[in-house]
Amino acid sequence: MFETVVALAPDIVTRHAAALIVVAPLILSGLCAFMPSGRVAWGLTVVASVISVFCALVLLYQVQTSPDGVVSYALGGWAPPLGIEFRVDALNALFLILVTGIGLLAAVFSLPTVVAEIQQEKRALFYAAHLICFMGLAGVAVTGDAFNLFVFLEISSIATYVLVALGGTRDRRALPAAFNYLIMGTIGATFFVIGVGFLYAATGTLNMADMADRLTSLGASRTVHAGFAFIVVGLGLKAAMWPLHQWLPNAYAYAPSFVTMFLSATATKVAIYALVRFMFTVFSPDYTLDRLNFATLFVPLAMIAMLACSFQAVFQTDVRRMLAYSSVAQVGYMLLGIAIGTSAGVSGGLFHLINHALMKGALFMAVAGVVLTYQGTRISDFAGLGRAAPLTMTAFAIAGISLIGMPLTAGFQSKWALLQAMLDSGWGFAAMVIVASSILAVVYVGRVLQAVFFLPPANPRKVRQEAPLLLLVPLWVLTLATLWIGVNSTGVIALTDAAAEAALSGRAMQ
Amino acid sequence: MAEFVLERANYWAIIGLMMVGLYITFQSTNMIKRLVGLSIFQTSVFLFYITLGKVAGGTAPILFGKDAKGHGDGGGHLTDDGHDNLAHGTGETAAVELGVTGNPGGLQEIYSNPLPHVLILTAIVVGVSTLAVGLALVVRIRESYGTIESDEVRQSDIETADAQDADDPARQVA
Repeated sequence: MFETVVALAPDIVTRHAAALIVVAPLILSGLCAFMPSGRVAWGLTVVASVISVFCALVLLYQVQTSPDGVVSYALGGWAPPLGIEFRVDALNALFLILVTGIGLLAAVFSLPTVVAEIQQEKRALFYAAHLICFMGLAGVAVTGDAFNLFVFLEISSIATYVLVALGGTRDRRALPAAFNYLIMGTIGATFFVIGVGFLYAATGTLNMADMADRLTSLGASRTVHAGFAFIVVGLGLKAAMWPLHQWLPNAYAYAPSFVTMFLSATATKVAIYALVRFMFTVFSPDYTLDRLNFATLFVPLAMIAMLACSFQAVFQTDVRRMLAYSSVAQVGYMLLGIAIGTSAGVSGGLFHLINHALMKGALFMAVAGVVLTYQGTRISDFAGLGRAAPLTMTAFAIAGISLIGMPLTAGFQSKWALLQAMLDSGWGFAAMVIVASSILAVVYVGRVLQAVFFLPPANPRKVRQEAPLLLLVPLWVLTLATLWIGVNSTGVIALTDAAAEAALSGRAMQ
Repeated sequence: MAEFVLERANYWAIIGLMMVGLYITFQSTNMIKRLVGLSIFQTSVFLFYITLGKVAGGTAPILFGKDAKGHGDGGGHLTDDGHDNLAHGTGETAAVELGVTGNPGGLQEIYSNPLPHVLILTAIVVGVSTLAVGLALVVRIRESYGTIESDEVRQSDIETADAQDADDPARQVA
């Protein structure tokens, strides 16, 4: 089936897929901005997303069939390492599929919520900003040039600040949230640039593959150490790594529903990709793991994130804030797997990352549905919704159960993979923390589910009202994907194993 | 010791600016001042890159003297050729600076490395856009809160949250 889809690709797509994945949304975002109505802009957004998904599939196919597992695209015909290179291997092919796939579902689902939450005259511009954000995220995932990565990161971030601030029409607290996010995000990005500057001073190149080669022959110096530290802190800020997550809860709680859904499923994930790319590809695994003992610092940080933020989630009265804190805790799971650096650990971390994108996407979509029909995000607003909106709330419940990690859901599969990786590599304590954090997840998800299914409707407005179909379809696609991975995870595990292998290939060679 | 400090005067200036910028960003409660601090911080990084691009004894990276003559046969041809050669020089100069490889693309004269300048042009654009978005946000915050002091904004947010909690039916039952 995969081959037949790819075989449909015209010649221009097969040759320029890596560039088109970024260029298509960029050009269409410019068109979007001039569209008279939000509906036309929505159509263009869906078209751009479809093109990007298709290019991502073509790239995945090319990566899987190419002999060395790498697709390299020289931008403008300037040969790397001097020209900017788009370089796709199994690791970023995975992230491209994730970002574009979620982007497409988000684009389809956006129409009703944007109509409800964004003023008429701003809708076309809203979609333009969304496409720029989407293009930036795809660009981070596809590029093979360190400075180019910074530029894409900032393109997506600046668009994100605007998108978050647009929640200000519904709740003015979105404005200071966006402002704080801007300050923190810019500090993060600037730290990243300082790090890249140090690496450029040490190696004289900006191409990541070339940089990796030269770093192995140069050996470690203080310049390289400093560069590593700045890059990890900078990307950690973008990825909401504990304790650099302070911007996230407010930004997610007050942004427009659609923005929260899209960001929670993609933005932090892409930053984690960049972190993995730098830790393992640019700096060799031997440097990161053996020389710097990455695990001794980051495993405790990840464990604190999992416990502290799950604990904070328990005490939230607002569902979106609760899910935002839970997101920081889940970032802890991913970093835990990545930080121990065994191929099982990295694969488990990436597997959890994908599952988390699916289930958090579904959860925030369901919340968006409630915002649309009942205008409330507090847990008390959710009371009795199980009867009023059974389809939306069943999907919410399944995604929530997956977040807890019950068997037969995706969350269980990836937590199980992480647990085994921890036990195999001698981090038994971390395995206990995974279980403890999951118990906290039972409490916070349980509080909402109890209100949804067992409390009487607190508000007389809650007559039977389901979210619109355009919202239900992407919601159920994500929910069914969660269930499907929970039952049959071999396909996804094959992808994450290949990605982990590509990430750690430096170690395998030596 | 004095020599150690003075030799690296440019780096000390960068570190000083960086700390000043970060301090203002963290310490100030006025949002405009925080943006100013952020800009100073970013500017220090721009200077850091520019410093990296300087090659001892090098001049501005425009071909001249013997190098220019080598490529000066045709009028319109010159730019293409020169551009190509320069691009080769770029990576190599940086490498030479660190003693990684030898010949800087067959150039006779010493040039500074132009690549960091180009990078910083991009970074300046990014910085300006961030600043513009930040200032626009401050305008909106001022419109809806009537203040640009972040502690006052936080105070009125807390009051909003308390007011919301007060009419939360779940709290009332408890």
